[in-house]
Order: sequence, then C-alpha cells, then structure tokens
Amino acid sequence: MSGPEPQILLYARDLSVARGDRVLIEQLSLKLVAGERLLLRGRNGAGKTSLLETLAGVRAPALGGVERLATLVWVGHRNALNPGLSAEENLGFWCKLNELPDTGVADALKRMGLVGRSRSRPSRLLSTGQKRRAAIARLIVSPARLWLVDEPLAGLDVEALPLVADLLAAHEDRGGAAILTTHQALPDRVAPHRVIDL
Amino acid sequence: MNAAFAIFQRELRLTFRRQTEWAQPLVFYGIVITLFALGADPGSPMLRQFGSTVLWVAALLALLLGGDRLFRDDLDDGTLEQLVLAPAPLAVAVGFKLAAHWLVSGLPLVLISPLVAGAFQLSHDASWALFLGLLLGSPSLALICGFGAAATVALPRAGILLPILILPLAVPVLIFGAGAVRVAQSGLPIDASLYFLAAILMLSICVLPLAAAAALRNAYE
Repeated sequence: MSGPEPQILLYARDLSVARGDRVLIEQLSLKLVAGERLLLRGRNGAGKTSLLETLAGVRAPALGGVERLATLVWVGHRNALNPGLSAEENLGFWCKLNELPDTGVADALKRMGLVGRSRSRPSRLLSTGQKRRAAIARLIVSPARLWLVDEPLAGLDVEALPLVADLLAAHEDRGGAAILTTHQALPDRVAPHRVIDL
Repeated sequence: MNAAFAIFQRELRLTFRRQTEWAQPLVFYGIVITLFALGADPGSPMLRQFGSTVLWVAALLALLLGGDRLFRDDLDDGTLEQLVLAPAPLAVAVGFKLAAHWLVSGLPLVLISPLVAGAFQLSHDASWALFLGLLLGSPSLALICGFGAAATVALPRAGILLPILILPLAVPVLIFGAGAVRVAQSGLPIDASLYFLAAILMLSICVLPLAAAAALRNAYE
C-alpha cells in the first residue's frame, strides 16, 4: 500500500533559460515535492544560478513556465545585506518587506551564531562567513515552505555546516522543500535526495 | 503598505548615516549658484534675466548627482532581488524609494530656493514662483532621475548615459519651471506654469515608477 502522493510545491515545464543571446538551459521540466531536497550541480557558468533565479521568479524564463505552489524564500549568492545596516536591521527590513513579524530576528541570528556586536555593527564590518550566516538566517524567520538557496555553504566555516544541515532537515520534516546549487561536492550531512547535473 | 513604509524608512536611515550623501546636492546647488552670481557683473540685468534658468538647471544637476547609484547598490548587494520577489509590487517599492530620495535631496533645494534667489536679484513674487515651481517640479525631476537610474542600472558607464537619457524628459519641467519665474518677474500670474508643472508631476507619479520597475526587472534579462 502506498501512502498519499506528496504535495507538489514547484513545477517547471519545458523551461529554457538564457542570458543575453546565450541559451544556458533548454527544455527542462522538473517538479519539487514536499520533503524533498534537490541539488542543481554543475561547473562554473553552467547556468545553476540563472536557473535558480528563474525558478524563484527573479529572472523571466526564455521559454516555458514555472508554477510556484507555495511561498518561497530566496537566498541568492549575493547576501542582500546593505553594508551600511547591521545584520539585525537588514533582516528586520527583509521581514517587513515580506510582511513577516520581525520578532524572531534576534533569535534567528543567534541560532546562526551571530551574537553580541556582530549582530549590531554595520554589515560591511562582518566577515564573508558572518554575512552568509546572516543571509541564511532568513530561512529561520520565514515560514515559507519552499527554500531556494544559491551556494548555501559558500564562505561558511565547518562549524556552520551542522547548523545548515539541521535547518534543512527540520524544514523537510515540517513538509518543506529546498533547491540548492553547488559547483562542489556537498558534505554528507547536506546530501540531497535528488541531483540535476547541468 | 508596511513594506512600502519599511523601504521609505530604510532609505532615510541609510541617507542620514551617510551624511555627505544628503548634503552633497545642497552644497553643489549652493556652489553653482554662488559661482554664477559672483562671475557676473554685480547689478547686471543679465543676472535677473538668466537667474531662473540657472537656478533650475542647478537644481536638475544637483538631483542628478549620485543618481546612477540609486539602484546600483541594491543590485550589487542583492537587495534588488528581494524587492523583485517581495509581495508588494515593485513599482510601489520604487515609488517609495524615490519619494525618500526626493525628501533628502530635493526638498532641501526647495527650502533654500527663496534665499538663493536673492543672488540673482529676483523680486519677491519671482522668489515665490521659484519656491512653488521647485516644490512641484523637483519631485518630477527626482522621478525622472529614478527612471534613468533604473534603465541604466545594469549598464557599464551609466554615469555618462544617465544624463543623456533623462535630459530630454526633464526639458518640459525646466521650461515651465523657469518660465514661471520669468513670468512672475514681469508681474504676470504664474498659475498656468504651475498647473503644467502639477500635471507633469501627476503624470510622473503615475507612469515613472511603473516604467522604472519594468526597467529594473529587465536588468535580470
């Protein structure tokens, strides 16, 4: 006896992605179901980020379409942190922008290991890894079921790896799903359920 | 609406943290006007004749200063992606961002305009016309600059392209704005010029945030 069909959270049909005149992805169809972790893998310039941006809605597809059946949170390879604002202010602004309560911001940053002054000083003074941690804290404050994260481990130290792995596991247990990109092999703790090689 | 207010608040916070940024247009405006007035013959009728044009062109150039960075920083740090994906329409976000830009860059020019009008020996009525004209015209100029900044955000050397793109759009504002001062100087009513400036402002508010939002989306094509 098989259980109920898992809920589809994202569906892309005959998707083509282009940058300028260059077609990067042609006629790709994929669906993402609740509890799934999908990895887009490929060399530099293969079109991972462009595909992820298209799936998120940042970039329009050259052909085909994307159906997003759940709210999503986007963590791009740029951290969306204004250098003049602190991590706390940046995250608070992001919450307001997405009509979310900003009450969990301090806790989310703490969970990502940003404590004390690193939370309140301007983001330009944070290290690359700290900025990435602050960007990933968005995943904690957002109730979105669909996570799209570009190079989630880029710039992070080994101590951050279990944090990210636990976040992903807890999210998928709650019925969420994630699409990640990488150009390198991911550690076992964040191993995906499915891989698309580009 | 909360999202729009958050954008407005963020822009003001960022601008006031970078004090040179909000003071720059005001200082530039003051310097251009002072140098022009000092360079002309004191008491020359030319001062009064060209005063309105100089004051308006100086206001446009002051608003253009740093205009190419209006959306560039957001594109570079990834905030623009979050604005594109936010539930609030991008045009609303752009509109509130530009409103904050006008508040810190344009409004101070409006407020000091009656003072600097003295450098060009403008009459009381002409100073008043300059104030009202800038109050109605400078938001249009800020919106036009915003549109230009959005259209060139992903282009290299946008600093050169931006003035070329926006100057034709700014010409009607300059014509009616400077015209209002000249008409007031002659003792005639300025209502018609102000109505035209108000109409341009309404049109700018309705159209330019939408056009700028479309241009920003195009940056990801």
